[in-house]
Amino acid sequence: MTNIAAPPAAGVAVARAERSGDLTPWRLLLRRPTFLAGAAILLFWVACAAFGRSIAPHDPLAQQLLATNSAPSGAHWFGTDQLGRDAFSRVIVGVRDILLISSLATVLGTVLGTALGLIMGYLGGVADILVGRIVEAVLALPLVIVAFLFVVALGPSPLVITIVVGFVFTPLIARTVRSAVLVESQLDYLSSARLLGEKSPYIMAVEILPNVVPTILVEFTVRLGYAIFTVATLSFLGFGVQPPTPDWGSDIAHNYVTLGAGYWWMTLFPALAIASLVIAINLVTDSIEQVLAS
Amino acid sequence: MATYFLKRLALALVTLWILSLIVFFAGQVLPGDPGRAILGNLAAQSSVRALDHQLGVDRPLLTQYWSWLSGLVRGDFGQSYQFRAPVRPFLGAALVNSLKLAALAFIVVVPLGIFGGVVAALTVGRGTDRIISVTGLSAATVPEFVSGIVVIVIFGVWLKVLPVSASAGTGASVASQLDHLILPVIPLVFVLFGYIARMARAGTIEALDSDYARTATLKGLKRSVVIRRHVLRNALLPTITVIATQTGYLIGGLVVVETLFNYQGIGNLIYKAALAKDFPMLEAGVLIIGVVYLVATLMADVLYTVLNPRLRLGISG
Repeated sequence: MTNIAAPPAAGVAVARAERSGDLTPWRLLLRRPTFLAGAAILLFWVACAAFGRSIAPHDPLAQQLLATNSAPSGAHWFGTDQLGRDAFSRVIVGVRDILLISSLATVLGTVLGTALGLIMGYLGGVADILVGRIVEAVLALPLVIVAFLFVVALGPSPLVITIVVGFVFTPLIARTVRSAVLVESQLDYLSSARLLGEKSPYIMAVEILPNVVPTILVEFTVRLGYAIFTVATLSFLGFGVQPPTPDWGSDIAHNYVTLGAGYWWMTLFPALAIASLVIAINLVTDSIEQVLAS
Repeated sequence: MATYFLKRLALALVTLWILSLIVFFAGQVLPGDPGRAILGNLAAQSSVRALDHQLGVDRPLLTQYWSWLSGLVRGDFGQSYQFRAPVRPFLGAALVNSLKLAALAFIVVVPLGIFGGVVAALTVGRGTDRIISVTGLSAATVPEFVSGIVVIVIFGVWLKVLPVSASAGTGASVASQLDHLILPVIPLVFVLFGYIARMARAGTIEALDSDYARTATLKGLKRSVVIRRHVLRNALLPTITVIATQTGYLIGGLVVVETLFNYQGIGNLIYKAALAKDFPMLEAGVLIIGVVYLVATLMADVLYTVLNPRLRLGISG
C-alpha cells in the first residue's frame, strides 16, 4: 500500500503537504476515517482472497443434500443454497477470482491506456485523430455490452475476461491521460527538454510520465471499481467465472430464481459482498482524490 | 452554427461507420458455424453447408459486410437465426419497452441528481457534501443486479409490497404497468444518480466561484436569489450534456435489469441473441444502441449550443 501512495510524493502533492505541516500524503490519508474504513474492508477481502479456503468454516463445494435451502442459522451463518452448500463459505472463497481478474484487468488497461494517452497527447497529429475516433466509437457502446460481445465471441475464461476488460478500459484511461499530458505539454520544462535535443520517447517516459502519475493513480482506483462492476456483471450474465467455482455474480445468477420461494439469503449475501467491495474501493479513491486536491 | 452542426453530424457518421466495423467483425470472431448452430450436432454436413449457403455466410467477409451494411442503410436488419424471421419487428417492440423503462428512470433521476449535486455544492467540503458525493460514487459503481437483488429482497420478498417481475402482462392498465416498473427503475436510478449529481455539483461550485456570482452578492442580492437566478442557470448547462451521454450507460444497465426482472426490452433481446448465437439479431441490437447513444450525444450538443448564448452568438471564450 505504501508503494501505491508513494508516487505522488514525487509531484506536486508532497510540496503542498510539506507546506501544510510536514505531512506526507500517506500520513494525510491515514488521518481520514473514510480511507481507514475503506482500506479495512478492502484488506479483509484481500485476506479472504488469499486464505479463503482456510478461513471458511465449510468446504464451499461440499453438498449436503439433506440440508438444502436452509435459512441462516448458527451452523450456517448465511444459510445453504439449492445444493446444500454453505453460503457463508462460498462468499468468503468467492472473492478470489473477481478480485484477481478485476485487478489484473485494471493494471493491463492502465499500462496500455497510459502508453496510448502519452502518444496521443504528446505526439498529436494523425495518431491523435485516428485513435480519438476509435475511442469515440468504442465509447458509443455501453462498456458492459462491448465486454459482453467479446467474451461471448471468445468464450468465457479468466484470461479472456481479464484481457477483454483491460482492453475495454484502455481508451477511457487513454483519454484521461491524454488531457493530463496536454496540460503538461504547455509547460516550460518540456520546451527545455526539446531544446536539449531529447528524443520524444525519452521525453514521454522520463519527463512527462512522473508528472501525470497522480492522475493515473486516481484513474486506476476509479477503474478498479468499474472493473469489479463489469466482471461481476459478466458473471451474473453467465459469461464470467464458471460453476462450480464459488463466485458472487454466478452464485446470484444461479440462485435468484429461488427468490420467488422466499430463499433470499442465497442471493442477498453475495450481493452485499459485491456492494461492500465496490464501496470500499470508492472510499479509498475518494480519500486519495481529496488528499491530492488539498 | 450550421457548419458546426454539419461537422458534428459528419463526425457522428464516421463514428457510426467505425462502430459498424467493430460490431460486424466482433460477430465474425464468434466461433462455430451458424448453419451448425441452427441445425444441431446431428445434422448432415451437406445440409449444414446448404443452410450456410442460403444464409450467405459462406461468402467472403467483405462481401458479407457490404451486403449487411447496405441492408442496414435500406432498413433491412437481416434475418434472425433463432426465429427464422426478419429482425426488425423484434427490435422495434423491444426498443419501445426499453424506452418506457428508460424514460421512467430519467424522470426520477434527473431532478434527484441535480438536487443532490446542488445541495452538495452548497455545502462543499462539509458532511452533507461528502455523504452525497461518496454515496453517489458508490451507487454508480454498485452493479445494477446487486442493487436490484437488494430491492427485490426488501420490497418483493420481505415486505411483499411490489411485484418482482417487470412485465405486467399484455393489456395491463397504465397503473399496473407502472407498479411493475418501480423496482426495475431503482437500480437504474442508483447508477445514474452519481454521475448527474457529480456534474451538477462541479457546475454549481464553478458558478458560485465566478465573478458574476460575486457581483450579484456584492450588490446586495439575497443568497437564495443569487443561487436561483445566477448560479443555477449557468451550472446546469454542462449537466445537460452529461445526462445525454448517460443514455449509453443506461442501456448497458438495461441488459442486466431486463434480464433480472424478465422484461422484454432491447437489453434482454441482445442477451438472448448472444446466448442463442443469433448474430444478425445481436449485431443489429448492439448497433441500435450505438445509434441511440450517438443521437443522444448529438442532441445534447445542439441543446447545449442553443442554451448557451455565448456559443449561440458565436462569441468565443
